Amino acid sequence: MTAAGKYLRIAFGAIVIAALIVVPMNFNRYGLFILSQWAVMTIAAMGLNLTLGYAGQVSLAQGAFVGIGAYAAAIMTTQGMPLIAALGVATGLCFAVGWILGYPALRVQHHYLAFVTLAFWTLAFLVFRNEDWLTKGIYGISNIPRPNIFGFATNRPLPFYYVCLGSLGIVSVMVWWLIRSPWGRAFVALRENPIRALSLGIDTRRYTLMAFAIGSALGGVAGTLYAPLTQYIDPVPFNLSLSLDLLMMVIVGGAGFFFGPFLGAMIAVLLPEWLRFTQGYYLMLYAIAVILLLIYSPTGILGIVDRYLAERRTKMASALRAVAKSRLETAP
Amino acid sequence: MTAVLEVSDIRKRFGGITAVDGVSFDVQEGEILGLIGPNGCGKSTLFNCILGQLTPSGGEVKLDGRVVTGLRASELNRLGVSRTFQLLQVFPKLSVRENLILAGQEHQGHMMSRLFGPSDAGLTEAADRMIGFFKLDHLADEAAGGLSYGQQKLLDAAMAFMGGPRLVLLDEPAGGVNLTMLADLKERLAAINREKRATFVVIEHNMEFVMSLCSRVMVMAEGRVLTIGKPDEVRANPVVIEAYLGH
Repeated sequence: MTAAGKYLRIAFGAIVIAALIVVPMNFNRYGLFILSQWAVMTIAAMGLNLTLGYAGQVSLAQGAFVGIGAYAAAIMTTQGMPLIAALGVATGLCFAVGWILGYPALRVQHHYLAFVTLAFWTLAFLVFRNEDWLTKGIYGISNIPRPNIFGFATNRPLPFYYVCLGSLGIVSVMVWWLIRSPWGRAFVALRENPIRALSLGIDTRRYTLMAFAIGSALGGVAGTLYAPLTQYIDPVPFNLSLSLDLLMMVIVGGAGFFFGPFLGAMIAVLLPEWLRFTQGYYLMLYAIAVILLLIYSPTGILGIVDRYLAERRTKMASALRAVAKSRLETAP
Repeated sequence: MTAVLEVSDIRKRFGGITAVDGVSFDVQEGEILGLIGPNGCGKSTLFNCILGQLTPSGGEVKLDGRVVTGLRASELNRLGVSRTFQLLQVFPKLSVRENLILAGQEHQGHMMSRLFGPSDAGLTEAADRMIGFFKLDHLADEAAGGLSYGQQKLLDAAMAFMGGPRLVLLDEPAGGVNLTMLADLKERLAAINREKRATFVVIEHNMEFVMSLCSRVMVMAEGRVLTIGKPDEVRANPVVIEAYLGH
């Protein structure tokens, strides 16, 4: 990457972040809700992107981890405990459960692993719905309070949106650190060629479990924000379609790309809203748009960008080689 | 001289087929042992049993006198045993340099220091030295998948040396590599053997390569050791000629 390209990127990033802070100031309650939802779903999708996109382990359980996080937050904060405590419990719990759920992945892969994680989702969903003493079952938990952060109440939509956005920022920095660390490299090795990875001393077992645990913990983080965002939860939002939606966000955005979940969540959360003017047709149009995108680029939106950049790099490299060659030939 | 690797009576059965049938041999420190034999005679299976990629049905493997049978491939690698593969096994999407860093990163520190330490695990310099040693300089930042077959083969070998191994098992390093590159590869291997006292076991069909590189050659046929000895003795052995030309 050239220096100019680097500055361009930094400038672009700064503009996007500034826009995410400034523009929503004029949004109404509903607009802020949608945007907050985007931030929360991006966090959950980032977790799944780590497990699926980087480490190559399919999971249909991510929705269940969002649910676990949400219920932990709802139960604890309605009992008067602070949200930050709920965040710790939810993250720890999801990390531990995700670690255990990783064990089947050491034996089975791909579709079979999808089924195993599907079974786990079923289990979690049954707990949400049937264990009334804990989750209040189908009646749900209402009046979930929003937190006070450093003495600032975040009851109103705009402050709470900033809570979601700030959390997304913190999670992004952590995930970015993780994937550029040797762990990220080991995750990719796990996805691309586990046998070779083993022969290079990479403990594929431990890294597989880690990928599951960290990805699941991020699902828990998203859930912890989801509960105070909606202020009421019942089992319905955590049904299978949430897991499938998160899977779609990762694939559509571009699995294994850092910014994939941001784009994927944008499409999954915002596109249906933009298409609302078509009234009854909006879900159909949305479905068609997703199908067309995946036919055009099975590697998602960032797959298109990546292809373009790779092509340009190859062209530049061959041009450089040609120049070097002609210099050699004309040299005395 | 001490034995780096001692293999005694290793067996591997797949259902009714006995792929490796009681193989015993040892490899001395600093030695290059060639392993030849017709296709399907159990050479690669023997490698996989030694390296922990397959669990042998019987027998024992010792590394520096310590029993290592049943250890996982990753554990063995961290003890200093590395390998190359018969078929290309580089990570195509990672750059050449990243491939090499990956090959070395698990050999230092522990899980946590790798998470919080530098992104390259402090290996960029070592990787670049290895790149220079294998003459891949102009390709350091290219994706490994974009390299030619021979270059990927070199990278595969280079990766095996990143952790500073005591013992390297090379599975057909010369297969599909053109003559110039082959001479290069042989020279590199001999240099590492000389300078680092690294011990090699090499499976290879290219006789010229084996005979000129190896200090001893072991011949396998139908899962057993036919003979083991100096290259010249092996070449002259009528049993070996028989095994290669068929019955």
